[in-house]
Amino acid sequence: MNGTPRGQDSSANVVRIAKSGSQPTLRFLRAALPSLSLALVILGIAWLNPRAMSYLGLNLMLNLGIPTALATIAQMFVITVNDLDLSIGTFVSFVGCVVATWLRDAPFLGVAVLLGGVAVYALMGAVIYLRNVPSIVVTLGMLFVWQGLAILILPKPGGKPPTWLHDLMNFHVPYVPFPIVAAIVIAVLVHVGLMRTSYGAILRGSGGNPNAIGRAGWSLLKTKIVMFALAGVFGVFSGLALIGLTTSADANIGKGYTLLSIAGVILGGGEFVGGRVSPIGAVIGALTLTLAGSLLNFMRISPDWQVGAQGGILIIVLAARAMINQTDRRTR
Amino acid sequence: MAEPSVNIVRLAGVEKYFGAVRALAGVDFAVDAGECVGLVGHNGAGKSTLMHVLAGTLTPDSGQMTVDGVPREGYSALLAQKLGIRCVFQELSLCPNLTVAENARVLHPTIAGWGWRKRAGALIGKKLDEIFPGHGIALDTVVGDLAIGKRQMIEVARAFTITKAPLHLVILDEPTSSLDSHTAGQLLTHVRRVVATGASCVLISHLLGEILDHSDRIVVMRDGAVAAADRASGFDRDKLVTAMGGAAAAKMRSVQERAAPRGSTPVRIRARTQNRSEGIELLAHQGEIVGLAGLSGHGQTELLLSVFRAATRRLPGLEVSDPVALIAGDRQSDGIFPLWSIAENIGIRSIAALRRGPLISSELEDQFAARWQKRVNIRTPDMHNNILSLSGGNQQKALFARALGSEAKIVLMDDPMRGVDISTKLEVYDLIRAEANAGRTFLWYTTEMEELKNCDHVYVFRNSRIVADLRRDELSEERVIQSSFQEAG
Repeated sequence: MNGTPRGQDSSANVVRIAKSGSQPTLRFLRAALPSLSLALVILGIAWLNPRAMSYLGLNLMLNLGIPTALATIAQMFVITVNDLDLSIGTFVSFVGCVVATWLRDAPFLGVAVLLGGVAVYALMGAVIYLRNVPSIVVTLGMLFVWQGLAILILPKPGGKPPTWLHDLMNFHVPYVPFPIVAAIVIAVLVHVGLMRTSYGAILRGSGGNPNAIGRAGWSLLKTKIVMFALAGVFGVFSGLALIGLTTSADANIGKGYTLLSIAGVILGGGEFVGGRVSPIGAVIGALTLTLAGSLLNFMRISPDWQVGAQGGILIIVLAARAMINQTDRRTR
Repeated sequence: MAEPSVNIVRLAGVEKYFGAVRALAGVDFAVDAGECVGLVGHNGAGKSTLMHVLAGTLTPDSGQMTVDGVPREGYSALLAQKLGIRCVFQELSLCPNLTVAENARVLHPTIAGWGWRKRAGALIGKKLDEIFPGHGIALDTVVGDLAIGKRQMIEVARAFTITKAPLHLVILDEPTSSLDSHTAGQLLTHVRRVVATGASCVLISHLLGEILDHSDRIVVMRDGAVAAADRASGFDRDKLVTAMGGAAAAKMRSVQERAAPRGSTPVRIRARTQNRSEGIELLAHQGEIVGLAGLSGHGQTELLLSVFRAATRRLPGLEVSDPVALIAGDRQSDGIFPLWSIAENIGIRSIAALRRGPLISSELEDQFAARWQKRVNIRTPDMHNNILSLSGGNQQKALFARALGSEAKIVLMDDPMRGVDISTKLEVYDLIRAEANAGRTFLWYTTEMEELKNCDHVYVFRNSRIVADLRRDELSEERVIQSSFQEAG
């Protein structure tokens, strides 16, 4: 057998240089926007109240950023495949109620119910793909289902987390506040899973151009189910983290997470359609929104205005991104 | 290793219907190992449908398909990949949110595990270097950030990459449409190189020169069937054009002569296409039916839309003297209001005339609807029924009624007769002629040759430019095809 290599490799490693000079700068700016907004918020806090920048202060301010970040990651999976989950907030409430009651008193039942919740999420993905119904319709319906179940399980605020969960969430790492460690772990894990693995590329591609993925022989049903199931898993994590921190549950505890999670994904550089998302950005976005509340407190803005002020931050960041994108398009 | 010529794929009597439209009418088609087959045909001849059948993305309604000598039941996109049949679709199938390397991975399930990015990048990078030396594409760029020509290069290079699955046949649908002549040349040279190694290509292009110079065999499609097939040496440009347009110029349907010759009535529209310096100016006079011809997607719809905008706003290069109404081509998405009744759908363009005070008068609306039901002959027991209760043809008639019932003196038609049955078409043709004689002006983009014969004047579009200006007596199928297809690029 003659194993002659076909042809010669004329060009071994051609050095490729990006053409126009301004575009990389613009793209860097676009990518840096989430970190930049987080830095601005932190600088604002440090300037108004330097003592808040201590180990304890950061711990207190960022604590609730963890469940928010987890819910934001859940939302991000759904947004990756061009859908929207309006039910994530009440799902977190539902999980919270299960965690504060059954998971403590009857661990097997608790675990089974939580797994059931993930299975319902997977089913939602299948229904949305097979029946071609808008995800907004399906998840809007589920919003009320989770809400109702949460009230059934825990009509009055109360309950208690399992001790192991409470201990985990109040774990103290030396030197670095635990929420920061947790945020980095979440961001890196999801980044590797979704952005670096080979199947992650297929999952994101199914949001960017479903036809192309289908034509290459991949199952779009499977990608949809996987993404929704992952959203369910991170919804469960979010509920666990939330109850571990607050030590008791309430049927409305996660209500704000629906809009907060969508805002976090977008603030972190994600787009509503086209599969363009960033897990690291999403975590940063969630932390930014959490810290924005503290910043507004330090600025002595009454809580009545805080939601509006958070909206203002969102508008400013998105406007900046739109401007960068426009310039990018014009120079191309 | 000179093997006897073996069919890589063979289609026998393949038919495909979309609703009532027969896209493929019993096609027999085969590709042998180591040959490049050129596939040409005018709009709607069935080339793209045939290609989708080969790629496994459309399932034929009847007929037999043999791949690698084995009859294939349940042929799918996945099986096509496994059997080494690749396709470069006209509308690009890259994921814009993924990098170049990641897009290469999409096609190759075997690239997985540790270091997959490097391997995927090396695979596509090597192929890009081989086909388009000096391409200047960084492999970690997100595809959406690249210009359209670069994306086409990636898509083409990706189709030629090989991992576990073999590569037997690459189908290229208009692969050079977004490439400049230099890169197009690189690609076509590569095609010949690949064919020399024993793989095959199907090349679809509207540049007849490309087809004639680079194919071994040429298949001409017309009306969903193979009209001619021969060695490439047996064809020349004129022969191809004749085969695409039918054996002899069909005798034109006699339409009553118009009373006034062109130029005796005032000009209603004066338009120049994007490239001001080149191309021909479009003129439409009162009482004229002006046809816009050429291959689909060559700027006809854009021209109609800019005329529509110019009626209410000043635009450079466009003069429109009178109110305009547009009949959309995609009836379902741009035409009808699916939740409204037929009467409401017809009246919406004339709302100003149907008012009493600030409110819409249902009485006037009903009268208006009844009048137009009779004029265009909409078959329904009650005009208050939902518009979707009508057949497709009757829905289209309702859209014509909407435009013709308005005060608009100019009616723009964006290929509105697609998927409409022939009897409805004939009714509408007569209606258009009657309205034109009454002084209306029509601008009619159509992809059907038959319909152009109803026009007084035809402009042929190519690459967003008007390349031919044909009077009624100059119009023939050959002339239109001749102008639509460019000389060698």
